[in-house]
Amino acid sequence: MNRVRTADRTARAVLLASAALVALVIAAILLFVGSEGLKLFLDVSPLEFFFGLTWNPPLGRYGALPFLVGSLAATAIGLLIGAPLGLAGAIFMAKISPPWMRAILRQASNLFVGIPSVVYGYIGMTLLVPWVREHLGGQGFGVLVAGAILAIMVMPTILGVSEDALRAVDPALEEGSLGLGATRWQTIWLVTLPAARPRILAAVILAFARAFGETTAVQMVIGNSPVLVRSLTHGTATLTSQIIMEMGQTPPGSAWNRALFMMAFLLLLVSLLMILLVRWVSNRGVAR
Amino acid sequence: MGRQQLVDRIATGVLWAAGVLILLILAGFLLPILVEGLPVIDWQFLSTRSSAVRAGGGVGAQLFNTVYITGLSLLFSLPIGVGAGVYLAEYARPGRLTEVIRLSVEALASVPSIVLGLFGMIIFVNYMGWGFTILGGALSLALLNLPVLVRVTEEAVQAVPRSYREGSLGLGATRWQTTAKVVLPSALPGILTGLTLVAGRALGETAVLIYTAGVTVSRRFPNPDLMAAGETLAVRIWSVTSEGLVPDADRIAMGSSALLILLVLVVNLLIALPLYRYRRRMR
Repeated sequence: MNRVRTADRTARAVLLASAALVALVIAAILLFVGSEGLKLFLDVSPLEFFFGLTWNPPLGRYGALPFLVGSLAATAIGLLIGAPLGLAGAIFMAKISPPWMRAILRQASNLFVGIPSVVYGYIGMTLLVPWVREHLGGQGFGVLVAGAILAIMVMPTILGVSEDALRAVDPALEEGSLGLGATRWQTIWLVTLPAARPRILAAVILAFARAFGETTAVQMVIGNSPVLVRSLTHGTATLTSQIIMEMGQTPPGSAWNRALFMMAFLLLLVSLLMILLVRWVSNRGVAR
Repeated sequence: MGRQQLVDRIATGVLWAAGVLILLILAGFLLPILVEGLPVIDWQFLSTRSSAVRAGGGVGAQLFNTVYITGLSLLFSLPIGVGAGVYLAEYARPGRLTEVIRLSVEALASVPSIVLGLFGMIIFVNYMGWGFTILGGALSLALLNLPVLVRVTEEAVQAVPRSYREGSLGLGATRWQTTAKVVLPSALPGILTGLTLVAGRALGETAVLIYTAGVTVSRRFPNPDLMAAGETLAVRIWSVTSEGLVPDADRIAMGSSALLILLVLVVNLLIALPLYRYRRRMR
């Protein structure tokens, strides 16, 4: 009997240790990436880093604003296309589609998730960029194609979460609406969607976080010019693309290296902020 | 009233169009890869070493590294992820500690993969002084798997009916005996489904691996040396298109893309089929 109880205690301790390890990992990431990044400000003023427009490390210029703007622009375009499409797909799957079509779409959504981001980037680079260059002008590379690729990458997330949210709405609400003579669309628009709103909003915030941090796919289509975005179809750079391009050529401990780590720390802080935002949105939804 | 019916019809049409559009986009991505990539895959492509400058190289070493690094990363993350998930579902009481752990899992899940790659680089490449290694890549990749494994385990364990536990505890079993012998076997299908998701993501990951496992391969392959650099298929697609010198970069990228997608599908099937049998047996 005693042996069994010892096993019980040990198991509890081991499980708790695993859980604590997860907390330790995120703390270590914040500490290491943060301390590397913040050391930049020993050499470079925060004002220059956050508001400077010139990125020329060999000449000691570390303005990272163009990358922040590039990241925000590509992400915004991605959500502007991806969110409506994903939400429309979710409404279709939850309320309109016949079962066979729903089954096909569910498999399709799984396949989208299974395509690696480097493959999205490669297709964007070989098909989308030349098409945009030919039909819309500019260099082809830029925030438009990056946004389009991001839209497709975040769409399955929005689709999946929104469909669950729409299905979770109490059927009695919808039956009430239909019973009062509302059409199917009026019911969806006026009853189902508002009821599911907090979870849909949470999905969009998660999609923002994912798009903002996406690296390889964006780097392959953004053009990698370290200048402020000029048009939708001219080359620029994002926080992630600039890190992946330059990290290999900077010696550890140099200001250049630290500037890249500071950009990574910025990415980290934004993603943590999004998590807190998701919590806030979800809790508000429950409270109501 | 007639106008509302018209709006309803139009909305239905638009929503159908969205569903069809999603399928068309998928086809637009998959067809070029399969049409141009599948013919590239032959025995020679799968079995020869890659060349840095000459045409005609294969991706044998990268294919091996992809499976090897993914497997190792799961080996590292699975016990910890399942352990933490079981803790949160079965043992954790509401309180500050639980809240911190839960927030950490969510936070880790949201960390961009490039940041995980840089963290891995600081720890394994620079601090431990390993340089670019398969081990460093796999450990960094394990951090990407970890939060997803915690979440799917927690959800799968929570979905096990309460009565199963009560039955076991009522018969005099301890908490751990109940967890190990009753709860976990019932939760296994859910955990395995999550595993396919995690494995698929790990197979195609690039940003974590470029600065931890590197963009080169060993001279001979398969080379299971943990301390060797290990470029994967996904990283190969990236390196050959963004900085490659080989004249047949497109052939290699298309072939590798098709191969990578096939690999993800095969791994899904390998886990899904036994799962189907297991579910039927449990019934």
